[in-house]
Amino acid sequence: MGTPTNDSRREFLKNLSWAGGGLLLGFQWDSVEASMPSLLNVRQATAPAFNSYLAIAANGQVTIFSPNPELGQNIMTSFAQIVAEELDADWKQVRVEQAPLDAKRFDRQLTGGSGAIPHSWTRLRKAGASARYLLVGAAAGRWGVPAQECTTEAGFVHHKPSKRKAGYGELAEAAAALSLPADIPLKDRKDFKIIGKPVKNVAGRDIVTGKGIFGLDVYREGMVHAVVQHPPAFGTKLKSFDASAAKAMPGVINVVSFKNNVAVVARSTWEALQARKAIHIEYEKEAAIEHSTDHDRWMQEMLDSDKATVRRRNGDVTAAFQSAAKVVQAEYQSPFLAHNPMEPMNFFADVRSNGVELIGPTQTPANARAQVSKLVGMPEDKITLQLTRLGGGFGRRLRNDYVLDAAELSMILQKPVKVVWTREDDMTGGVYRPAVRYRFRAALDKDGNLIGYHLRGAGINADNSTREDNFPSGAVEHLLIESIDHKSPITTGAWRAPTTNFLAYAEQSFLDEVAAAAGKDPVQFRLDLLAKARQQPVGAVKYNIERMEAVIRKAAEVSGWGKKKGVAQGFSVYFSHASYVAQVAEVTMRGGKPSLSRVYAAADCGQVVNLSGSRQQVMGAIVDGLGHAMYGRISFKEGKAQQANFHQYRLIRMKEIPEVEVVFVENDFDPTGLGEPALPPTGGAVANAIFGATGIRLYQQPFADHSLFKG
Amino acid sequence: MPVYSIKVNGKLQQADVAADTPLLWVLRDHLRLTGTKYGCGIGQCGACTVHLDGNAVRSCLLPISAVGKGLVTTIEGLSEKGDHPVQLAWEEVDVPQCGYCQAGQIMTAAAFLKRTPNPSQQQVMDAMQGNLCRCGAYHRIREGVMAAAKKVAAKKA
Repeated sequence: MGTPTNDSRREFLKNLSWAGGGLLLGFQWDSVEASMPSLLNVRQATAPAFNSYLAIAANGQVTIFSPNPELGQNIMTSFAQIVAEELDADWKQVRVEQAPLDAKRFDRQLTGGSGAIPHSWTRLRKAGASARYLLVGAAAGRWGVPAQECTTEAGFVHHKPSKRKAGYGELAEAAAALSLPADIPLKDRKDFKIIGKPVKNVAGRDIVTGKGIFGLDVYREGMVHAVVQHPPAFGTKLKSFDASAAKAMPGVINVVSFKNNVAVVARSTWEALQARKAIHIEYEKEAAIEHSTDHDRWMQEMLDSDKATVRRRNGDVTAAFQSAAKVVQAEYQSPFLAHNPMEPMNFFADVRSNGVELIGPTQTPANARAQVSKLVGMPEDKITLQLTRLGGGFGRRLRNDYVLDAAELSMILQKPVKVVWTREDDMTGGVYRPAVRYRFRAALDKDGNLIGYHLRGAGINADNSTREDNFPSGAVEHLLIESIDHKSPITTGAWRAPTTNFLAYAEQSFLDEVAAAAGKDPVQFRLDLLAKARQQPVGAVKYNIERMEAVIRKAAEVSGWGKKKGVAQGFSVYFSHASYVAQVAEVTMRGGKPSLSRVYAAADCGQVVNLSGSRQQVMGAIVDGLGHAMYGRISFKEGKAQQANFHQYRLIRMKEIPEVEVVFVENDFDPTGLGEPALPPTGGAVANAIFGATGIRLYQQPFADHSLFKG
Repeated sequence: MPVYSIKVNGKLQQADVAADTPLLWVLRDHLRLTGTKYGCGIGQCGACTVHLDGNAVRSCLLPISAVGKGLVTTIEGLSEKGDHPVQLAWEEVDVPQCGYCQAGQIMTAAAFLKRTPNPSQQQVMDAMQGNLCRCGAYHRIREGVMAAAKKVAAKKA
């Protein structure tokens, strides 16, 4: 390591006034040319992307600001681990704070697509390494020794030849006066002490002691409580309402209408909820009023039509099927699903003439601010958004409709408002995972080789219901992937592992059917296809063949694939969000019904950041995938969701979980996300195991509807 | 409206609310004890679980008028220093994901362990069946309750 110089190409920002003379560091990782000043005050920073942020107080406490919304993926812990690792911080002195929305300091400040870790990995490492570099420089300067002779460990810089050491806290101020060279060396992975270890959730203490850290827990002086009645059926709009009785009820401040909504504003939540029941509202038809029976029929009609959009085509699928020795065909269908994060939708807004304050849970804070800016007609720099912890998201809080409710009401009432949606409001109000139906066809030659593959997906507001480049694309000579969609007034959106949460089940079940028709073991069948994709790739191969093979082999190994007696095993493997997960489910018969006893998972997410959090993500995703495959369904009658709360929409509970064993494949790849990738394979593994135990294949979710589980 | 006096976490508290107001909303909106969560409002999810005279109850279904002289304990009052065996076990096992349902899970577990200090895994699952966790953290919730039971047993020994 050399002495810090002034030839930094990157900005190094400091603010000495923070936390009683400590060091506040921020790093912008864009390749800014040398003409940029190397030292800036943080308040002068105008650059668009400013990616990480940490502070060292004089007492040695390290504060790491976590920019991305935390919804249980444990990003606050993993981000801090990465920074602390390269900083060589003492983990016991690390504190993590949720950063507010700040487009100048951070980029990609959102939670979705399992993208935060891969996006931020190098940025966060460099942030920690840069701060460490400066602290070493400060110590070397103080002692008059070469920086190369200094080492760091757990919050201290050491100079072993002279047996001197200094804490980061006492070096922080001097370090802030130094600047950075262009390239900061990063650690060798074998030296990691914090990354890859099981580190406990940094919010654990607040959670177990019931601290008010969620959006619903926001209370402000002068704040009023609001509940909003949205149109109860998709395809309808507000016609008229009579709120005279509601307005006379205790605690009610006002009843107002905006867009197609009627809102009650009261001094407490309960009073608002009671008054809402007393409003008489009439609605009228605005668009198509749909039923689930319509959806079933339309999806069937779409599968039979020739108007599908081609997503990928290799070879000549028609000719392949004509020459096939055997053709396998099957259709798989899934219903709409609600997200149901445990914390219902809510947000706080205070719209004043000179600015807007927003506080609450959202997966997309920048989008929320942009929409509010448009709504209230105020520029974004007049709007602050403080993120609270999110009580789950699963994609629901990508959409900020409830933020707009709060902002609009605050604007109308000229008061700070907290809007709360009830469970019923959320479950019946959209956004849903779209309903889809898939038709798969496979052509086998006389030796059982897969020579043709045709998938047509039909959905209701699903857009492209396929993932055209996923396995087995690349491994089949003649392949056609198509999709067709019906536009519906029912609002749909991303639901944890969008599209693949159901497509993976359908595809992995179908591949089992094809393997059986080919007379091959399901695991070997998949490995043979991957070998084909390597030796004779057909078109682009957009997954890593070796990584997929490795998780397949690992799952087969840890589960004792094909070697167990008295238990039916089902296999599944899927690549999504840049990670690879294979699963083996085990089913036994109990009282004539299939019972899922165990799921093995082998995951490859590259470098594991937090071994505890990562295991938890995989286990939780399996429970989630299983629960929704078994029980989840939103159905519609006259445009209205037929399930409004948990007595009608069954979620998985503790007694329904199988034992889960998780292993991670070790390799040298950078980390990829894990919030979603372990969910897609579960349904297929379970359905394939159920087939093994019963000879019955499940073509429709929820599985619990099948006669196998009745009686 | 009547003024109700209820004893919460050892303190007498007053709330001027309608008789049918659920304890949940009194705790949250009036007493600002926000650790108790709203999840479904119909007793299905358990996020609002508190203790009434030591028993786990759903505060979303309990009208303030029915509390009477009962002693209410919320997550904030479960222990003085956040060191109830269930809370300590929860941290050790690293149970929470999003964390929203956890106060309800902890309150259910604490009341259960008082009645059943040495539970089997099956008894734990029966006791926790009423509490939903949308993140699916059930394995660690179960492990947390078992670990807490060991702590309670160790304390007594």
